[in-house]
Amino acid sequence: MDALLSSLVSVAFHGVAYGMILYVISVGLSVTMGLMGFTNLAHGVFAMAGGYILVSALSRFDLPFPLALALSFVLVAAVSVVLERLLYARLYGASELEQVLFTIGLIFMSVAVARMIFGTLQQPVELPESLKGPLALFGREFPIYRVFLIVFSSSMIAVLWFGVERTLWGAMVRAAVDNRAMAQAIGINTKRLFTITFAVGSGLAGLGGALGAEIIAIQPTYPFEQLVYFLIVVSVGGMGSLRGPFVAALLIGVTDTACKYWLPQFGAFFIYVATIGLLLWRPAGLFGKSA
Amino acid sequence: MNHPVGYAADSRLRWTEYLPWIVAIAVFFLLPNYLSLGARVLTFILFALSLDLIVGYAGIVTLGHAAFFGTGAYVAGILSAKLGLADPILQLLAGASAAGLLGLVTGAVILRTHGLAQLMLTLAVAAVCLEIANKATPVTGGADGLSGVTVAAIFGQFRFDMYGRTAYLWCLALVFAGWWLVRRLIYSPFGASLTGIRENRLRMQSIGAPVYLRLLTVYTIAAAIAGVAGVLLTQTNQFVGLNVLGFEPSGELLVMLILGGVGRLYGAFVGPLVFLIAQDYLARQFPEYWYFGIGLILVLVVLFARGGILGISDALLRRVRGRT
Repeated sequence: MDALLSSLVSVAFHGVAYGMILYVISVGLSVTMGLMGFTNLAHGVFAMAGGYILVSALSRFDLPFPLALALSFVLVAAVSVVLERLLYARLYGASELEQVLFTIGLIFMSVAVARMIFGTLQQPVELPESLKGPLALFGREFPIYRVFLIVFSSSMIAVLWFGVERTLWGAMVRAAVDNRAMAQAIGINTKRLFTITFAVGSGLAGLGGALGAEIIAIQPTYPFEQLVYFLIVVSVGGMGSLRGPFVAALLIGVTDTACKYWLPQFGAFFIYVATIGLLLWRPAGLFGKSA
Repeated sequence: MNHPVGYAADSRLRWTEYLPWIVAIAVFFLLPNYLSLGARVLTFILFALSLDLIVGYAGIVTLGHAAFFGTGAYVAGILSAKLGLADPILQLLAGASAAGLLGLVTGAVILRTHGLAQLMLTLAVAAVCLEIANKATPVTGGADGLSGVTVAAIFGQFRFDMYGRTAYLWCLALVFAGWWLVRRLIYSPFGASLTGIRENRLRMQSIGAPVYLRLLTVYTIAAAIAGVAGVLLTQTNQFVGLNVLGFEPSGELLVMLILGGVGRLYGAFVGPLVFLIAQDYLARQFPEYWYFGIGLILVLVVLFARGGILGISDALLRRVRGRT
């Protein structure tokens, strides 16, 4: 009985940590898709870039961990602004097929670049001593880094939600998601709004990739392999919303961890089957507005 | 986008439409050392044709078309290596039916959604197939792949020789059959209704067209054709590996189609030809740059040349004609 309880607790704990990471990475995708209607399959590239930045900042340049995390956010956000202005902006009105092909092209290029710079091997993360080892909580032991992940991600999410729900910028984003033409008509500079939102979303993806580098292995095939998960989070949660993907990400994190723990031979089957069933029931996702 | 091929156009064969076949037969006699590459190109032409049918004509964006290709490849491989069924025609029929059935079942779900959810589901179906092929090691060989595939003589007469001549002609015959079928489809009223759905789904629905049924039909047909292409790959390579499934082959196929030109029928011929020949030369020498290159090509085609190679040549021809 106690063994079952402790495995339940452990699955829930690791699942929540994984789900938090999935959410931090995918939330930007949900918002940019809802806001700009842009199918950005290359979103995982930003997460991978964040992971590589963290790993090289820690092991090659010996930077402290908080600085490395901050760098992964800032650098990815900065690069994404350039990409958005130079490339993405040209395709805002384009068909879905064109956006899909364009972003797949970006994935191919980034995979090649990652392979050239870092090789094909998985990058190990050198955590600082203070984040290694177990932490005793409620009479059980939890890996300290996962606890840190959950706490840190939760606070990031709280900041993000505050930003979207309570600030002027958030109000403008919500207005533009609901009705872009009307938002423009009342004088919101949607072009600048897009750029800033895109940068924040990509930066968060970079941060998520960096935070989760220990859970989701950083290797060149990352944008291909994780794409399904990010898309599941966004489409199950409902794009354009903040809450939907959060619920979806936690569900997927816990389910995936549970499946891998108890039914490893089935791999990710259950996730896919559940996703298909859920989308048949609610095609617009859990919290999406039906089109 | 300009689509010169369709129901409204003249359905008689133009002289240019003989060109691919003349070239294919000329290659057989003039370049005997390149027949295995040729068979590979032909296989991917058939695969790209099936993709063009759903992406180019029906407007369904899919990231998981390799699921059907891989199903065909694995069905043929398992029949031959595990069950000892070596007859190529039976393998073909089994591969096509299995892929078609998968297309019907998954299409019934996928085509109810659209946009992002649809994209994700096509990807998820391919991911599930990859997962099955990877985990069911006793049947599929898992990550090591499935070797020991034997193929008997076609009609008991034509053996697969070591020079790849039979394989080449076998692929050519099936590409011809596939081309004929696809061409008939797109010049038919059925093809016209697909184009209509692509251009304006809502309006097609309001004039009473059975949109869902049409899409499901074309999805199933395309899946079966992709299955045939998969069977051909197994028969010519006598090996099946995990690389026939998943996101990368689907992505590469999209690159080939886009490179040739989407929704033009012959884009599916030009794209794989150029792509695979370039791959044969470049990919072995510069694998990293190769990947970078195909990504770059995709980005450039989308940004500057949306009609692909055929679109560019059309535009050039028009300019030349305009001057004279």
